[in-house]
Amino acid sequence: MFTSLVERMQPTTDNGRTFARYSGILAVLVVAWLIPNYIATSTEGPLPLFTVVLCAVYALFALGLNIVVGFAGLLDLGYVAFFLFGAYTSAWLMSDFFYQVNPRDPSDKQFSFSVHFLSTASSKIAGIHLSFWIVIIAAAAIAAVAGLVIGAPTLRLKSDYLALVTLGFGEILPEVFRNGDNVAGYNLTNGTKGIGPVDRIGMGFLDKLPGIPSTIVSSDYKTKYYVILLFCALFMYASIKLRDGRLGRAWMAIREDELAASLMGVPLMRTKLWSYAVGAIAGGVGGAFYATIVGTVNVDNFTFSFSIIVLCAVILGGMGNVWGAVLGGVAITWFNYTGLVYIGAQVNKGLGTHINLKNYEFMFFGFVLVLMMLFRPEGFIPAARSKQLKKADKQVQSIETAGVES
Amino acid sequence: MTENLLDARAVRVQFGGLVAVNDVDFNIPTGSIVALIGPNGAGKTTFFNVLTGLYTPSHGQVDFDGKSVLGVAPHKIAASGMARTFQNIRLFGAMTASENVMVAMHPHLKSGVLSTIVRTPKQRREERDARLMAKELLEFVGIAGVDDEFAKNLPYGDQRRLEVARALALRPKLLLLDEPTAGMNPQESATFTQFVHRVRDQRGVTVLLIEHDMKVVMGVSERITVLEYGSKIAEGTPQDIRSDQRVIEAYLGKSGTEAAK
Repeated sequence: MFTSLVERMQPTTDNGRTFARYSGILAVLVVAWLIPNYIATSTEGPLPLFTVVLCAVYALFALGLNIVVGFAGLLDLGYVAFFLFGAYTSAWLMSDFFYQVNPRDPSDKQFSFSVHFLSTASSKIAGIHLSFWIVIIAAAAIAAVAGLVIGAPTLRLKSDYLALVTLGFGEILPEVFRNGDNVAGYNLTNGTKGIGPVDRIGMGFLDKLPGIPSTIVSSDYKTKYYVILLFCALFMYASIKLRDGRLGRAWMAIREDELAASLMGVPLMRTKLWSYAVGAIAGGVGGAFYATIVGTVNVDNFTFSFSIIVLCAVILGGMGNVWGAVLGGVAITWFNYTGLVYIGAQVNKGLGTHINLKNYEFMFFGFVLVLMMLFRPEGFIPAARSKQLKKADKQVQSIETAGVES
Repeated sequence: MTENLLDARAVRVQFGGLVAVNDVDFNIPTGSIVALIGPNGAGKTTFFNVLTGLYTPSHGQVDFDGKSVLGVAPHKIAASGMARTFQNIRLFGAMTASENVMVAMHPHLKSGVLSTIVRTPKQRREERDARLMAKELLEFVGIAGVDDEFAKNLPYGDQRRLEVARALALRPKLLLLDEPTAGMNPQESATFTQFVHRVRDQRGVTVLLIEHDMKVVMGVSERITVLEYGSKIAEGTPQDIRSDQRVIEAYLGKSGTEAAK
């Protein structure tokens, strides 16, 4: 498996392993390229392109939560907050929602400037329209700040208490946005009606490259896939580098023994806040991208179950493992959006029954979770360290039993 | 440099009605090796916890290196040069020996998030140096070659040594050792006595230890402070302490000392 080669503790000078690692990464890239071109189908079948794009979005979410839960060991049940901030950033900066800015009807004009910047939207359309690539940076920044603001009071709590309070935040924020259509007379979120349509993604000078359009139209999932793949790759790389550096060690030390870490000079609050902020960035970027692919942002999309699904993706994939988080996110999303329906259709065709497997979604979900916890609690791709630790435990165990028997 | 590296005056720690540390005056001359002894529950570890910033005393004053440590966050006290080990080993189990040591270098390393992600030459150099320094420290405490072993998988004695290596990575001025020879056999304890001298002489670190093994205490320390029920009952050179009637009573009990007569 490429994972055992890619996922290692320390950078090593050993050439053989370095070669194996790079060939592993190359193999992953080839598969990532093959999927939209040869494997995925446009709409029907076991792997429609839309699902592929969603899988990649959830992989990004899982990567972000993995920093908080997997690396720093902080149980966060309110990850939906960052998804929400990211999505609304897109909605605010890439739609006609703030029509007062640059209005079509001159009598509505409240601001004298026009906010169209490198946007794909026609300059005749009202509202703020910034380039997607600027919005992504803004979404990352807003989510990171949200992470700091939510983290500052909550991260003083430990384990279960932290989980409960983050859960609370995850529940409160969507309600705030649901009721945000009349904040002291201003409509900030459009309440339950949601905001849309969100502008398309422009590719700028990249349209000179073969196969890349200047604007990604709504049905062009292939280019959308490349965009989200780019974010995933960047975030994976950043995750791995951070894990192996000074901050990653501090995160792990806090996960292992918070008190000892602080007595070894690790500033607890600051280190935890960094994990929140970095994790939030993935949530914000994923949210902003998600808003552009679905075209509208509605507060009903941001539920507690989102936080749980992403958390499950991290746990199923293998806590603390970057590749595990990606696999977990992809697997769960595929099952959710296509897998169950497709398998159900095949079963019905074969047996002549009329069962809607999608109705039993959570039953399967629970079943899989129980099985995983029984047979592979460390996840699909466990972090290299937990794998080695488990091996050592087994050795000790076998020595002990051997001692008893002899 | 001040004469006393650590200066504690009238330190009192109270948990509800229980006075764990009762108006203790205590100081550590720079460059010395000092022991804190006393029966179980005498308040030794509580006193350690005051010094390292885990507890705030009800009243009293603690100056370390000329500055008060009261109300200062534990990680800041650690960064200012006070390192400790724990009575029950508290290593980062799922991290390698080398990583354990490198965690304690945290205050001395400079790399931020961005320079770590883009791996600037400076960050790479810093990481390489840190790894080398960790290797050196592991050699110094006598467990060379375990760099990539998980702390959890090391034998007990090596874990104790690793804790000291990790504490030394903070580049401390004062090293607090909480029962460092607990669970060691007599040979290991004897080697440990030499080791403490080596830490002081080669690294210039002042040492304060809590210890139950009297052979170690008498062999290693230049000055001994005895606590009983949170109060200081004696202080002096090993010779003084050995012949102090109150100390003998505290350890053997009154009837015990009478029987010995």
